[in-house]
Amino acid sequence: MTNENLIQYIYSIADNSLILGQRLGELCGHGPTLETDIAITNIALDLLGQTRSYYQYVAELSKEDLTEDDVAFLRKEREYKNVLLVEQPNTDFAYIIARQYFFDVYHFLLLEKMMDSKNVNLQAIAKKSMKEVAYHKRFSGDWLKRLGDGTEESHQKMQQAVKDLWVYTDELFHMNEDDEIVTKAGFGIDNAALKDAYYQEIEALLKESTIEIPTTSYFQKGGKKGIHTEHMGYILADMQYMQRTYPDMKW
Amino acid sequence: MNTIQNIDHKLYSILKSVPDPEIPVLSIIDLGVVRSAVLLDNDKVKVEITPTYSGCPAMDVIGDDVKKALLNNGYVPEVKLILSPAWTTDWMTDEGKTALKEYGIAPPTDAETDKQALLGNKQVIACPQCESKNTKLVSQFASTACKAMFKCQDCEETFDYFKCLI
Repeated sequence: MTNENLIQYIYSIADNSLILGQRLGELCGHGPTLETDIAITNIALDLLGQTRSYYQYVAELSKEDLTEDDVAFLRKEREYKNVLLVEQPNTDFAYIIARQYFFDVYHFLLLEKMMDSKNVNLQAIAKKSMKEVAYHKRFSGDWLKRLGDGTEESHQKMQQAVKDLWVYTDELFHMNEDDEIVTKAGFGIDNAALKDAYYQEIEALLKESTIEIPTTSYFQKGGKKGIHTEHMGYILADMQYMQRTYPDMKW
Repeated sequence: MNTIQNIDHKLYSILKSVPDPEIPVLSIIDLGVVRSAVLLDNDKVKVEITPTYSGCPAMDVIGDDVKKALLNNGYVPEVKLILSPAWTTDWMTDEGKTALKEYGIAPPTDAETDKQALLGNKQVIACPQCESKNTKLVSQFASTACKAMFKCQDCEETFDYFKCLI
């Protein structure tokens, strides 16, 4: 395993948090109620904080003179390794919650395993993040139930969101080449092994929420190889604007 | 659990005087974010701090404030941010918990009580204003990620509860 393998592996984990954090950040001041607005931006902040820890570690590993800001802001679309799920737009509150829950359940299972990584940095980040993600999952799971088992309209909207986002769930368990190498070295996590526990947990909550579980066998994929949906470019344009316009600017 | 870890007694009172920027009644020592402070040769000091939450925006300010306080006392400080072991509300001192309560923030309880409270199952969080436990969860996240929002149904004040992180 080379440092470059490890860096790419870290991207495939950290970029999920970055892009989802950016998506949730868009909602600052636009949440449906003050409490949900604050909750969502708090979750965004946790995710961005976690991202910083990963990127600071990447900067340390890198042979070039990289900073965490370079890693966050100056890569090209194809160099981001996040899954397609997290870049999906904030269509409505049901989509925001379904996307969040689908990600949180995976995130929790991943970090649980990462706490035993042979890499001490990843282990430390996992132990820290795990506590935060437990709160995220509780928030999104509660709202999914509330909307699914709520009014006729909230139910219908949640059902639609679950149906549309379901096709992005399978990619969470894909392993790219770097994932395989880093996992063999004992640093990474075998994503595929999380799959059963993931669907079991999600399906139980969907049932409780009176939401029908989609039966499609067709799933979207590509993000983990850097091939993104049409939404990704817009996120990056927004996110990278300041760094690209004023190179090397700092807060 | 050992709250104060490896803090040189000469540095203790200086660090104790540094407040948390978001909750100024709480010293960073009472919050438990200072993990070590060691006096080295030539008045050099090495301080290790750890964030409460990964995205805690106060960490940069805390780092700067620690440096400033030590510089003012003639030391040459170096501040390092560490992630492991991860911070827990167990590291908050009793003095810190009392200060929180007097400030109007309900201090963290224990894991089980916390879970019951945040699931809205039981009324277990006491209002810091009137002590009543007739309180209701309003939001699992409040003014910062480390707090949840409750409302007292007796005195009708809303208040923050410092969530357990264990």
